[in-house]
Amino acid sequence: MTLLQLQALTVRRGQCPVVEDVSLSVAPGEFIGLLGPNGAGKTSLLRGALGILPHEGRSSLAGLGADARARAAAWLPQSREIAWGMSVREVVALGRLPHGGQGADAVERALARMGLHAYAARRATQLSGGEQARVLIARALAQEAPLVLADEPTAGLDPAAQIATMRVFAAHAAAGGAVVASLHDLGLAARHCTRLWVMHRGRLVADGAPGAVLTADLLAEVFHIRAHFAQTPEGPVFQPLNTLGDF
Amino acid sequence: MSYRALLAALAALVVVLTLASLMIGPAGIGWSEALRALVSGEGAAGLVMREIRLPRALLGAMIGAALGLSGAAMQGFLRNPLAEPGLIGTSASAALGAVIAIQTGAYAAFALALPLAALAGAGVAVALILLLSGPGGRALTLILAGIAVSALAGALTALVLNLAPSPYAAAEIVFWMMGSLADRSLTHVALAAPFLLIGAVIVLRLGRGLDALTLGEDAAVSLGISLGRLRLGVVIGSAFLVGASTAVAGAVGFVGLVVPHLLRRAVGSRPSRLLPASALGGAAMLLAADIATRLIAPERDLKLGVLTALVGAPFFLHLIRRLGREGE
Repeated sequence: MTLLQLQALTVRRGQCPVVEDVSLSVAPGEFIGLLGPNGAGKTSLLRGALGILPHEGRSSLAGLGADARARAAAWLPQSREIAWGMSVREVVALGRLPHGGQGADAVERALARMGLHAYAARRATQLSGGEQARVLIARALAQEAPLVLADEPTAGLDPAAQIATMRVFAAHAAAGGAVVASLHDLGLAARHCTRLWVMHRGRLVADGAPGAVLTADLLAEVFHIRAHFAQTPEGPVFQPLNTLGDF
Repeated sequence: MSYRALLAALAALVVVLTLASLMIGPAGIGWSEALRALVSGEGAAGLVMREIRLPRALLGAMIGAALGLSGAAMQGFLRNPLAEPGLIGTSASAALGAVIAIQTGAYAAFALALPLAALAGAGVAVALILLLSGPGGRALTLILAGIAVSALAGALTALVLNLAPSPYAAAEIVFWMMGSLADRSLTHVALAAPFLLIGAVIVLRLGRGLDALTLGEDAAVSLGISLGRLRLGVVIGSAFLVGASTAVAGAVGFVGLVVPHLLRRAVGSRPSRLLPASALGGAAMLLAADIATRLIAPERDLKLGVLTALVGAPFFLHLIRRLGREGE
C-alpha cells in the first residue's frame, strides 16, 4: 500500500524544469525528510505532487477529486497565513472542511497534540509567529488525512517546538500515516526521519535511511558544507562546520 | 452574544426599520392610517403608501442587503478588509450603462431602459474581468482587472458628461450618480429582485471556500476548494448584486465596505458567518440612511449615496484608527 506515488513527475516554471523526472512512493509509517539547498525544487515537488502546480508525469494525489484529495493528504504551506482574527479553535476546525465541517473531536485531538488547549479561545492573529505555526500544524492534523505534506514546518520555531513538532510528525507516521516534510535542519532530519530524500537542481539525488544518505560526499556536492557527525545516546548529532567556498 | 442571537437581533432591526421607512415621509400620514392605507391601497394615502413608500422601503432593504453581502464576499475572497463590492468594476460599469441611457434619452422614452442599460454595463464588466484576469483563481489578477475596468468605465462616464448636450442633462446624470431610492416604483423592485436573488444564492453558497481561503490560496486548494470556481462565484454573484443595486439606486458607497467591518468581530471573524450577518446589517444600515435623508432635509431631496459617504467615511476612518491601535 502506498499513500503517495510519483511517476516521472516534472514541474516547469516557464520553460525551465524546477522538478525533473522524479519517481517516488511513500508507504504508511514513513516520516520522510525532504532535503536540498535553496532552489533545489523541494516546494515545487510537494506542490506538484498535490496537483497545485501544473506538472507532467503522474502523481497519485493529483488524479483524485478535490475532496478526496483533501481527505487523503493535508498540506502545510510554508507561508503561514491567517487572514482574519478567528479563534485558534476555529482556525484548527478549518481542517474539517473536507469532511463537511464534521468532527469536533478531531479538532480537540489536534489542539491537544500541539499543546494549544490553553490558547483555544484566543484570536489566532494575536499569537506570536511560532505559536501561529503550531496552530497551522494543528489545522493540518485536524484534517486527519493519512498523508501530511509540510513545507519547512520547523522554520521559525524555538528549539523545543522544533523537536516537539518532529515528534508529532513521527507519531503520526508511527500510527500508520506518513509525513513528508521539507527541512533545512539536517540534524533534525537525521534524528527524527525514517527516510531522507535529497534534491539538487530539480532532481532526486539520494533516497534512503538517514545514515546512508548524509555522507560527506553528498554534503560537499549538494550542500557545499563540511559537517561533524556523532552518535549520542539521544540519537545522531549533526553540526555543519564550514562551507566549501562562498556563493 | 451568540451568532444566532446576533442574526435574530439584526433581522428584528431590519423589520423595525422597514416599518419606520414605511411610516416616515413628507405626506404626514399617521401610523395607523398608513398601515390601513398600505393594506387597502385606497385613496391618496393608499397611493402614497403603495406607490412611493413601499417600493422605497423594499428597495432599501434589498439593496442594503445586496451591498452588505457582496462586500463581505469581496473582503473574504481578497482577504482584505479594505475591499468593497465595487472593486471589480461592476458598479462603475453599471453606472456607465445608466449614464448612457440618460444621455441618449432612451430612458425618457422607456423608464426601464436605465436599469436595463445598467445591468448590461455590469454584464460587460464581468465578461471583461473574467477575460482579463485569465484562468486560475488568484486574487491579484482579479484586482488588477477590476481596477482597469473601473478606470475605463469611469473615463467613459466622464466622456459622456463631457459631451452632455446641456447643463441640465449633465446635472441629471450627476444627480443620478449620487444614488437615491426616491421615486422608484414597484416595477423597479420587480426588475431588481430576480437578479438580487440569484446573486444572493450564488454568494451565500461560497462560505466554505471563503473560510478555507483564510489560510491562503495554497491551503484552500489543499482543503478541496477550487479557486477558479470560487472566484467565478464571487465575480458573478457580486456582479448580480452590485449591478442590480446600481441599476435601480445609482451608486451607493460605503455600505459594502463598512458593514462587514462593523460585524466581523461580532461573528468571530469567520467569513461564512459574516455573509448572512452582513446582508442583514447592510439592509438595516441602508434603511436607516434612507430614513435619515428624509428626516434631515425633507424638502431638499438629500441623496442617499451622499449621506452614506458622509457618514461612512468618518466612521471608516475611526475603524482604521482603532485597527491601527490594536496593531493587527
